[in-house]
Amino acid sequence: MRFFEFEARKIVELAGIPVTKYGFCTTPEEARAVAAEIGGPVVIKSQVLTGGRMKAGGVKFADTPEEAAEHAAAILQLEINGHMPRGVLVDPKAEVKQEYYAGVVWDGTAKRPLMLFSDMGGIDIEEVARTHPDHVGRGHVSNLFPIPDFEAKQAIAATGVSGSQLNRATPILARLARLFRENDMTLAEINPLAELTDGSFVALDAHMEMENEAVGRQKRLLRGELGIAEDDDREPYEHSKFEEAVAAIDAADHRGVIQGKDHGFTGNLGLVIGAGGGSLTLTDAVRNQGGKPANYSEIGGNPSVAKACGLAKEVLEKDGVEKIAVMMSIVSNTRVDIVARGVIKACLELGKDPGETIAIFRIPGAWEDEGEKILAKYGVEYCDRSVSMWEAAGRAVAKIQGAPA
Amino acid sequence: MSILLTTETTFIVQGITGREAVNLTRECLDYGSKVVGGVTPGRKGREVHGVPVFDTVAQAVEHHGGPIDGSVVTVPPAFTKDAVFEAILNGIKLVVVVTERIPRGDVAQMVELADREGARIIGPNCLGLIVPGVCKMGGIGGPAKDAAKAYAPGPVGVMSRSGGMTTEISSSLTQAGLGVSTAVSIGGDAIIGSTYAELMPLFEADEQTKAIVIYTEPGGRMEAQLAAWVKDNDSRLPIVAFMAGKFMDDEEMKGMSFGHAGTIVEGVEDTATEKIARLEAAGIRVVERIDEIPAVVKEKLGVAA
Repeated sequence: MRFFEFEARKIVELAGIPVTKYGFCTTPEEARAVAAEIGGPVVIKSQVLTGGRMKAGGVKFADTPEEAAEHAAAILQLEINGHMPRGVLVDPKAEVKQEYYAGVVWDGTAKRPLMLFSDMGGIDIEEVARTHPDHVGRGHVSNLFPIPDFEAKQAIAATGVSGSQLNRATPILARLARLFRENDMTLAEINPLAELTDGSFVALDAHMEMENEAVGRQKRLLRGELGIAEDDDREPYEHSKFEEAVAAIDAADHRGVIQGKDHGFTGNLGLVIGAGGGSLTLTDAVRNQGGKPANYSEIGGNPSVAKACGLAKEVLEKDGVEKIAVMMSIVSNTRVDIVARGVIKACLELGKDPGETIAIFRIPGAWEDEGEKILAKYGVEYCDRSVSMWEAAGRAVAKIQGAPA
Repeated sequence: MSILLTTETTFIVQGITGREAVNLTRECLDYGSKVVGGVTPGRKGREVHGVPVFDTVAQAVEHHGGPIDGSVVTVPPAFTKDAVFEAILNGIKLVVVVTERIPRGDVAQMVELADREGARIIGPNCLGLIVPGVCKMGGIGGPAKDAAKAYAPGPVGVMSRSGGMTTEISSSLTQAGLGVSTAVSIGGDAIIGSTYAELMPLFEADEQTKAIVIYTEPGGRMEAQLAAWVKDNDSRLPIVAFMAGKFMDDEEMKGMSFGHAGTIVEGVEDTATEKIARLEAAGIRVVERIDEIPAVVKEKLGVAA
């Protein structure tokens, strides 16, 4: 789950890391009031879940509250990379002496959180790591034991930072690592972490992402402290009608799991496929043999006839879909005969001939003999494990294109 | 020989009274595995297919009268970390975590505890592992007769991020007359207990294993770790890899997760294209088509096709 900057700043603040006296506003009037309260030059920043705000004109500076209100009015109407802003953040224009970077990410190889620190802040850390590796300090932290300050100190000192800067930055990086772990973040970044002309350190911008699997146990932060609504899921794109319909069918019945996605798919061959790895393999196999999938899907966990039927119907009703291919890797839990009944039912209910509509049915495994019998009755081509997933996909493509694979 | 399991391996099932766990227990018993107990808090005194159920792992160990080798953990995500801690701190050295949707922080804690205690975790979000004809630990391969059909003993070690594809690939090796030494469903999450590179030393030391097949997907750095291991250790084992999910390299798929929680392209290094390049640079053969695997393995083993 991604957070807007104003939320990420709040999370940082809650962890005891100093921030500027900023305000989140949804109207020009609010922006004017916050700027007046700050009483000096301010910066107005668009609150969108996408990068490149500065380039797109989503960040502007103002010397007076009136100017702040004008900029806020413009930015609130400005779409960036297809996203309308949630609001604007009004922030005092800081007197910055030096910009640093502080971040924590997962290191999947070490299986531990990794602290990152750089004295070259304000730019992309991956870029700094490539061009100035000696300016990036790193340090793993334990998942089990309390995170001591000295580990943060070591990571910072590795960049050559010393003196009062080292002593001011150390608790900030340590607290960032603690909040990363306690709040189930997958990314916690302060960039820039600014040293002001008076020597103090403040987080000028922050970027946070929380693991979706942990959203349920982080309710106190999400609903309580941040006031984020339950249905505010912040997916990277809007769900299509197809995706919503499949999700509704899945939710209506606890037996088995079906998923459907069609973002980025525009072909004519509907895919009723599974399971996780099987779907990835089959989607590639269709595409690599010249087929054009209309969607991606996953069947697993032994769904009911109604569920398999529901998925097949939604796929068949997509614009431009002429045939469906029903394919899975060898199943041991999902039953072949149940999926067969489901997809045949879908064809019949839509007034289509299963033998014509189902280009191929390749699901080997549990109850395959029963499945084959049912399919034979309707003239559907059945393939067992002697036909590879690649070959089955190729046959489906050939049927829809009328050409050899 | 094989890795991790023998005919003598004993294990328990934590969460044994759940619907999937009851099936899994039946399948493992039918296959000949030694399931010596089960744990579901509050259900002490019951039996699942003749396997005694206890409230705690300690009770199961006491009843068994000595150390238990393994545990299959299939409890809801919110309780998994505690169940795994309980297994490890009661002396269990091999923990298969079936549960999916466990937050990464919990997985990382389990793994760190396992490392400290000399235990090994397989999974989470996996179907377990199987040594054909010897022992099946987890739902891998399904009912005993289906598992027997897909898994014959042989020289190929299989490791896969997808449980279903572990069986699909093993079945194709069996059909081709090759067979499997040990097949491990390593799990589909971003952080898992045992990666390819972490299991390689075991296969390397196993006389039965003459070649390795891995199934892999976009997301994460596990393949880079394997490539580095192969380069650093001068492995005797030829490795054949299959990469699924190449379509995820398309620009419009960026940031979307498919198939498994860990299967998401977040940066340049975790795309399919990048991973294939890394594996090939380490001398690992990456096949384009899933059905090429048996023939390429035969070629590597010098067996007539």
